[in-house]
Amino acid sequence: MKIYAALSAVTLAVLVATTSYAVEPDEMLADPALEERARIISQDLKCVVCQNETIDESNASLAQDMRRLVRQRVLAGDSNQAVLDYMVDRYGDFVLLRPRVTGQTVLLWFGPFALLLLGGLIVARYIRRPSITTVQALTPEELAEVEALTKDSNTRNDS
Amino acid sequence: MSEGTSKPSSGRLTAIAPIIIVLLLVAVFAKRLIDVQDGLDPNQVKSVLLDTPVPDIDLPPLPERGPGLATENLKGEVTLVNIWGSWCVACLSEHPLLMEVAAENTIPLHGIAWRDEPQASLRWLARNGDPFDLIGQDPFSEAAIAFGVTGAPETFVVDSAGVIRYKHVGPITMTDWTETIAPLVEQLRQ
Repeated sequence: MKIYAALSAVTLAVLVATTSYAVEPDEMLADPALEERARIISQDLKCVVCQNETIDESNASLAQDMRRLVRQRVLAGDSNQAVLDYMVDRYGDFVLLRPRVTGQTVLLWFGPFALLLLGGLIVARYIRRPSITTVQALTPEELAEVEALTKDSNTRNDS
Repeated sequence: MSEGTSKPSSGRLTAIAPIIIVLLLVAVFAKRLIDVQDGLDPNQVKSVLLDTPVPDIDLPPLPERGPGLATENLKGEVTLVNIWGSWCVACLSEHPLLMEVAAENTIPLHGIAWRDEPQASLRWLARNGDPFDLIGQDPFSEAAIAFGVTGAPETFVVDSAGVIRYKHVGPITMTDWTETIAPLVEQLRQ
């Protein structure tokens, strides 16, 4: 039973701990409000070494130094945007985890929606297209013709 | 009577559309592959600092190997700035070339000892040779981030006005040197 309890505890811990943060206690700013801002900024910045992690999550040494720099800028009174701009000036848009909308990234941002719209239109066209041609009732003349044909089924009518 | 023969062209187009799309994709992928073969690494980040002045740095020297490296040392003539560290394996592979460049003594080659213990840097230089004119210590990546460095080694060509004109990512090979960097230095001197 004890083993079972321990196993469930470990499983739960693994399930809960989906994101880990790399910020070490000695890196944190004393002011919780400034630290919170630094965390928010860090989550928008890409670790340029590992490229798929934020600097907030990454244990790479360069990410650690970038976190330190972010905190220095925040302490110096920079706005969040100013800190991001500072990094973009050095690394380009590449450093942002959420790419800005520019001529180069417009396809990235809106391409999926355009494709979805296109797909939706195609589907809509298929749905609207009548699958069974509606049969119109025969006119009295046609009825008479059918009547004549069925009565005289052996005779071929060329008209 | 008219059913089925109304829009023959549209039907044909729908039929060949997938083939056209596949061919377009093949063309895009093929171009990418050819780019990589030609040495264009899509993962490589083009520096936004090209053709901008070198960042403001004022780095302390390694112990008893003064002076350090500051922005004003990168003005007045064409210089090379190499980011390295004793921990950097790839730096060792380009080191013989840097030694040769230093031996020719035609261009100042400055080093930034990135994220390194000063004593470790000095030991590494004692063991492998010291090609650098000035060396600045950058223990907290301040200069590295200012230069937009993503890994070591990286080498910058700075013109006489102190403007970054070229960035080389990774170890410099003999081909890089003779075909790209040396001609650029020559051109910048004129």
